[in-house]
Amino acid sequence: MAGSNAIDADAKPSLPRGVRLVHNEAQGGWVLLAPERVFKADAIAHEILKRCTGEASVQTIVDDLAKTFNAPRERIHDDVVKLLASLANKKLLEL
Amino acid sequence: MLAPDSLPNPLGLLAELTHRCPLGCPYCSNPLALDKRSDELDTVTWARVFHEAAGLGVLQVHLSGGEPAARRDLAAIVKAAREAGLYSNLITSAVGLTPQTLNTLAEAGLDHVQISIQDAQEKSADHIAGYDGASTRKRALATEVVKLGLPLTINMVVHRANIARVEAMVDLALSLGASRVEIAHVQYYGWALKNRVTLMPTQGQVEQAVAQVETLRKKHHGQIVIDAVVPDYYARFPKPCVGGWGRRSINVTPAGKVLPCHAAEVIPGLEFWNVREHSLGDIWRSSPAFNAFRGSGWMQEPCKSCALKEKDFGGCRCQAFLIAGDARAADPVCHLSPHHALVEQLAAVREDIPYNYRHI
Repeated sequence: MAGSNAIDADAKPSLPRGVRLVHNEAQGGWVLLAPERVFKADAIAHEILKRCTGEASVQTIVDDLAKTFNAPRERIHDDVVKLLASLANKKLLEL
Repeated sequence: MLAPDSLPNPLGLLAELTHRCPLGCPYCSNPLALDKRSDELDTVTWARVFHEAAGLGVLQVHLSGGEPAARRDLAAIVKAAREAGLYSNLITSAVGLTPQTLNTLAEAGLDHVQISIQDAQEKSADHIAGYDGASTRKRALATEVVKLGLPLTINMVVHRANIARVEAMVDLALSLGASRVEIAHVQYYGWALKNRVTLMPTQGQVEQAVAQVETLRKKHHGQIVIDAVVPDYYARFPKPCVGGWGRRSINVTPAGKVLPCHAAEVIPGLEFWNVREHSLGDIWRSSPAFNAFRGSGWMQEPCKSCALKEKDFGGCRCQAFLIAGDARAADPVCHLSPHHALVEQLAAVREDIPYNYRHI
C-alpha cells in the first residue's frame, strides 16, 4: 500500500530497473544506486538487499537472516520491514 | 588546499556531451559562449574519462548537454559508462530522440532517463522551449521510457510563466508514469541570468509554490518522489552549491574542460585543465581551479567564523562573484552577507519582455 509501513510477509521484494547495489572500493563499500540518489549500504542493509531478488518472500528473508546471524527473529523482522518500507516509499523497491 | 589524504572522493560526473540542442530554453544553464561541434570530445576520450572517474570513486554519470541525443555515438557512450561501472542518467529534452534510439540506449545499459517538460500547458511549454510541437514529442517519448521499464524523472524548471502550474506538473508526471519529478526553480547563471527580469517570480508566487510542493509531497507519498530545487534569491541561507567546491562533483564540458561546477567559467582568473592534456585524477587533485575554493582557507567573514561553514560551504562561488563582485565573498543569498540587500533589489526587478532564447 502506498505510503504505508505495513508489508505483506508473502511479498517478494526486488530492486526495480534503475536501482542497483554495487561495490565501490573508493567509496568504502556497498552502495545502492538510484535515480539522482546514492545510499551507502551498511553491513545489515547489504545483507537484506542482496536477498531482494524477487524470488524470496519477506518471511523467507527474515528466517534466513535470523538463522545465518543467529539473531532473534523479532528484531531482524523489525529491521527488514523498516528498511524495505522506507525504500518502497522512495520508489527504490518493488513489493 | 587540502592535504592529499583528506581529499574527498567525487560522487557524480556531469558529462556535457554537446552544446547542440534543438530547444532554446531561456534559462539554459550552459554558458553564453557555447562549444562548437568540431571541438567536441570523441567517444574514446569519453570512455577514458568514465574509467578514470570510476577510479576516483564516481558512482553516477549524468549524460547531459545541450541535447545528448544530438550525438550519433550516444549508445557507444552509454555502453562505455556501463563498462566503467557507472550508473548512467540521460538528461534529455526528448526532442530528436527516437524510440528506436531509446531502445538501443536501454540495451547499452542506460539506468535512468530524465526528460525536461517546460510547462503543463502545452502551448506555453512550446513557447518557453522556443519549439513548436516540443511538448507533444516529450510526452510521447516519456511513455516509451516507461514502456521499456526504465525509471523516468520529469524535470520542470519553474519561473514566472509557469509557477502557477506546479500541481498540474506533478499530476502530469504521475500520469506519464514517472517515479520522480523535479520542481526546479531557475538558478540565475548562464542564459537564465541574461533573462532574469523575464523569469523572476514574485515572492508571493514563490511562497505559494514552495507550500504547494509540501502539500503534494504528503498527498503523493509513496507514489512519486518530488524533489525541489529552492529559489535561492528568496532564501535566507545559501545552498551548499554542488555539495561544496571540489568535494563531490566534476563537470566536463563538450570540449573537455573540467569544471568544479557548470557555471565556474564566469569566475575570472581560474585555471581549468582539459582531459585532452591531463587525466581526470590529476585534474581532481591538482588543477588550480579545483583547489581554488576547497576546504575553508579561502573564506572571509562572515563565512570564516560561521557555524554553518561546513554545511553550506559559504554557498555558491559563482553567485558571490556575479552579485558581490568577489568569488571569495559569502554568497549574497545569505542574510548575513553584507551584499544581501542587492539580492533583494535584483529579485524586485521584473519586466515582461521577450525571452532572449538560447542559441549558438
